[in-house]
Formats: sequence, structure tokens, C-alpha cells
Amino acid sequence: MSEGITVLKEPYSGEEQQRQAAMMGMYIFLSSEVMLFGGIFTVAAIMHMTHAADFVKASKAMHYWIGGINTAVLLTSSLFVALGVEAAKLGSRSTRGWLGAAAGLGVVFLGFKAYEYSVEFSEGLLPVPGVHSHFETPTQHLFMNLYLIATGLHAFHLTVGIVLMTTLALRAGTKGIGLPQRAIVVVAGGLYWHIVDIVWVFLYPVMYLAR
Amino acid sequence: MRLGNPIVLIWMVLMIFLAATVGASFLLTGALGAVVGLGIAIGKSAFIYWRYMHLGEERGLPRVAALGAFAWLAILLMFVTVEMLTRSQ
Repeated sequence: MSEGITVLKEPYSGEEQQRQAAMMGMYIFLSSEVMLFGGIFTVAAIMHMTHAADFVKASKAMHYWIGGINTAVLLTSSLFVALGVEAAKLGSRSTRGWLGAAAGLGVVFLGFKAYEYSVEFSEGLLPVPGVHSHFETPTQHLFMNLYLIATGLHAFHLTVGIVLMTTLALRAGTKGIGLPQRAIVVVAGGLYWHIVDIVWVFLYPVMYLAR
Repeated sequence: MRLGNPIVLIWMVLMIFLAATVGASFLLTGALGAVVGLGIAIGKSAFIYWRYMHLGEERGLPRVAALGAFAWLAILLMFVTVEMLTRSQ
């Protein structure tokens, strides 16, 4: 164990018990995120069932290829986080690189998302207050409202994840975390990143690929 | 980064699933298309949860904590769907 790193804390009787408690707490927090986005998916399901034809028409107006590229970007970022966690457990110096690369891909995702928003804005499809929009049907208006809320909320979560991964990468580099003894810190951060990825995994077929 | 690393292999599977998601959206329409698209998304999530999110390394209670929300969400979606489909005009 590195000097100055206190691993075991009250009230835990052992490191394994402490690790399990950290994992349990993180899983419960992530479950609250699942319920948060679950509400949005429920609204999408109701819209799809109520106005099937118009819902599909609105989905076809989306730029599915941008969403597809962004899905690949996020899945690859999850690979980098998983490799970073693996490196952190071994106390490897490559932890910093993997986590930094994941944060970088998060920025790439946001870049593509911003470009996509700009295209939709120029097409009059982005429901921004004070801007003249032209939707073909009321359902498309509702669909784009839901799309903006869902993707905006997801982008906010991803931004938090980017800050988290950047912080972890910097602290891993300066030995501020204390790896590998406190790898659980990187593991917990990684769990958050992956749940943000999973939310997008569902948003993509629901919003972009309804046919 | 070794190609034989299970973490990398899972990423490859996820990318194949992504291609399958896009491909299926061109081939399948209606309820079947939605079911297949969501089914592939569930498959992707299962891989991510099991390996990247360490569910495979955990025991009973943490697994329940991790997956409980999906059970509640499934109940919500089931009741909403039943209500929508049995609505009288």
C-alpha cells in the first residue's frame, strides 16, 4: 500500500465490504438516472402508439447518420473508460491516457451534436422560443420538443461525465487518487460514464430510427 | 490494447450491434422494427452492464440494485401500453 493512502474507512470491517458498499451506492444512484430517462422514453412510447404515422414521419426527418456516428463515438469512449478502469486496478500509468481519451471522445460527441442542432435549426425543426419554426404536423412539433429535452438532458449528463473523466485523468496522473488501492474511485466514475452511454443506446433507435 | 482482451471483443460486438440497428431500421417497419431496434439496444446494454459495469463480478444484492430500476420501468411501460391499447374511442 502506498504511504499516506488510507483505504479502509469507518464503518466497514474490510476492504471488500467497503468496495461492495461503494458499488451498491453507485448502482442505486444510476437507477435513479434510469427512472429519470425512463419517463422520457415512456412519453416517446405513448406518442408512438398514439400517432404512429406522424411519429415515424418526424423520426425520418432526423439525421440518422449523425446519430449513428455519435453512437459509435460513445461506444468507443466506453471502451476507453473500461480500459482505463482495468489499468487503474493494475496501478498502470496508462489510466490517465485512457480516461483522457474517453473525455476527448465525449467532446467529439458534443461537437457532432452541436452541428446536428445547427442543421436542424437551419431547417426550422429546432423548437427554440422566439425562432420561427415550420413543422409539418403538431406531432412533429411535439416530437422535436421531446427530442430537444431528451438529447439536451443527455448532453448535460455527458458534460458532467467529461468533467469527471478529465478530473480523474488528471488526478490519476499526479497520483492524487492513489492507484491501485483506490481504483474504486475510477470504477465508480466509469459506471456513470457507461450509464450515459446506455441512455444514448436507447435514444438512438427510439428517436432516429422509428420506421 | 490487445485485440484478444474481452473488453475489446465486447466493443467489437457493440459496433456490430450498431450496424445491425441501422440495417434493421431499413428492412423492418412498424411494431416489428421497433421491437428489433429495442431488442438490440437491450442486448448492447446487457454487454455493457455485465462487463463494463462489472455486474458479472457482483453478487445478488448489488445486481438487484443495478437492475431494479429496469423492472420498475418495465412495469410502468406495461401499464401505460395496456392503458393505451385498451382505450375506447
